[in-house]
Amino acid sequence: MNATARSGTFILACAIVAAVVFFGARAVGNDYVYFAGYTVLQFIVLATAWNILGGYTGYVNFGTAAFFALGAYSTVFFHKSFPLPIPVLVVIGAAVSGLVGLGMGYLTLRLRGAFFSIATLALAVVLQTLVVNWNYVGGARGAYVIRPAEVAELSLPYIQYLFAIMLALAVIAIATARIVERSKLGYGFATIRDDELAAEASGVPTLKLKLIATTLSGALMGMAGAPFPYYIGYLQPSSAFALEYAVNSIAMPMIGGTTSWVGPLVGALLLGTLQQITTVTISSAVNLLIVGALLVGFVIVAPNGLIGLWQRVFSKR
Amino acid sequence: MTLMKFCLTESCSVRTRAGFQRGERLSYDLLLNAVMAGLLLGGFYAAVTVGVSVSFGILDIVNIAHPAFIILGSYIAYIVNARFGIDPIVASIIALPAFYGLGAAIYQIYYLSFEKRGQDSLRGLAFFFGILFITEVALVLAFGVDYRYVQAAYTEQSWHVGIVDLPLRMLVPCVMSLLMLAALQLFLTRTFTGRAIMAVAQDQLALQLMAADPIRIKRIAFAISIATASLAGAFLIIIQPVEPSIGRDYIGRVFAICVLGGLGSLPGTLIGAMLLGIVESFTATFYGPSWAPAVSFGLLLLTLAFRPAGLLGR
Repeated sequence: MNATARSGTFILACAIVAAVVFFGARAVGNDYVYFAGYTVLQFIVLATAWNILGGYTGYVNFGTAAFFALGAYSTVFFHKSFPLPIPVLVVIGAAVSGLVGLGMGYLTLRLRGAFFSIATLALAVVLQTLVVNWNYVGGARGAYVIRPAEVAELSLPYIQYLFAIMLALAVIAIATARIVERSKLGYGFATIRDDELAAEASGVPTLKLKLIATTLSGALMGMAGAPFPYYIGYLQPSSAFALEYAVNSIAMPMIGGTTSWVGPLVGALLLGTLQQITTVTISSAVNLLIVGALLVGFVIVAPNGLIGLWQRVFSKR
Repeated sequence: MTLMKFCLTESCSVRTRAGFQRGERLSYDLLLNAVMAGLLLGGFYAAVTVGVSVSFGILDIVNIAHPAFIILGSYIAYIVNARFGIDPIVASIIALPAFYGLGAAIYQIYYLSFEKRGQDSLRGLAFFFGILFITEVALVLAFGVDYRYVQAAYTEQSWHVGIVDLPLRMLVPCVMSLLMLAALQLFLTRTFTGRAIMAVAQDQLALQLMAADPIRIKRIAFAISIATASLAGAFLIIIQPVEPSIGRDYIGRVFAICVLGGLGSLPGTLIGAMLLGIVESFTATFYGPSWAPAVSFGLLLLTLAFRPAGLLGR
């Protein structure tokens, strides 16, 4: 089987899994499953997106919240000016975030990696300042985006519709990550991660590759943010720009393992579910503390994440 | 929340913006006060940044958690001040050894987990980001998200020199911060350990030949950088009320100043801090304080795009 056919099989497998998840959730028949599931799926998209830049090329993006919020606020903008169906909004969110990622990358990626990371951290603060001062999208007060009760054309409750969209986005993100990973592009990314100077010297167009990674990663994050206002119903800057998006999207790949698409998926599933449980049983502040502690613990003790631990156990046998 | 954030320039900006809208001409009075407010603010920013100038500029350790340690310093000054009525700056000087020890411990973990294994870029950044986050959440759990402030003899006084207002809650931190910077600069240029710190990032082998252990030197330097956060934290809470998440606003500022001034140069840090202070003060005066956070980022991006070595870069 050639590479394209294998990717086709993989996407098909993903779609089947997604369909099973969707109808499984319907079989449970409790709306909470969709709300909790949406959050976990959203983390899968964000973690996978982060990993395309962070895990594959080794450039740390602290601005997940900024890209996510760009997607969310472009939805708010269009909700107020010109209502569009969510799939179109997802494409718009991806375009906006991807372009911002490209611009940021162009300004900072020619320098050492640390500068890019710092700039992404600052980007979140600045975009938040812009949104707070932009009254049209709600400013500091926030904006209401009323969710319709159901999608008339599909006779589907709206939360199920949102859940299905996020499921599709997760499939798109994972498939993208896997295709990138196994392509020439992915090998180029890996050379940047391992030794950028050597890669540059052997003719790898590092800046171009880094820009592709930043754009792709930013676009996927924007995609994840686009349906968010409909999910949350009331979007305010502090919830769209919450630091927990950045922490989670870094912690999940780090805990799962950063070198392949499996890591962020495993990390997001585990950490996302754990957070749903702790938020309900203890408190959301404690759950954030757990995420932070896990992140620090894993980078110190298990630098290659759960996948790395797994491989180590296997290779010993 | 945002209303409280920039109370340092608020009083002046409200007055001047009103004047501006009435169509009055830009007066020297207003201009001079904006410059003065910017310089005072810049002095304080230098104290906030100097720790990062040492850790990031000299040691190449990207300690993005530094602002979180500053907030920690603010809370310690707040607790001591509220419970014993001790002056916040005195309290922060008492806390210096504890911060020094914390810094030494963090460097040891960082060295063993990342630097020694040669993984300091990606995972080191994630490590400090995790610490930033943990500190913030722990402070929220312990103190809630209310704004805290301190009381001292000088917090509500103001000196007037001619037409210029000098609020003591800005002047005292600024002067103390300049003293701290001068002391650090003397230490770095006049003592053996200080010179070894300046040398460690450039040539570890040469340092070993001089019979100085590079790891020990780096540990001392990093510990000093965290110790400055204790003082900077006290200055911060004198200047404005503090809640756990405001540390984030300082990440952009700190690194903007650090890059603008030139990495690893304390005089550069001071110049960068004064520049940012003045630009922010002008922004707050003429466009409103809610725009101020965007200034540092704009400055950072411009510097990175056009002069990444900074004004006084080595």
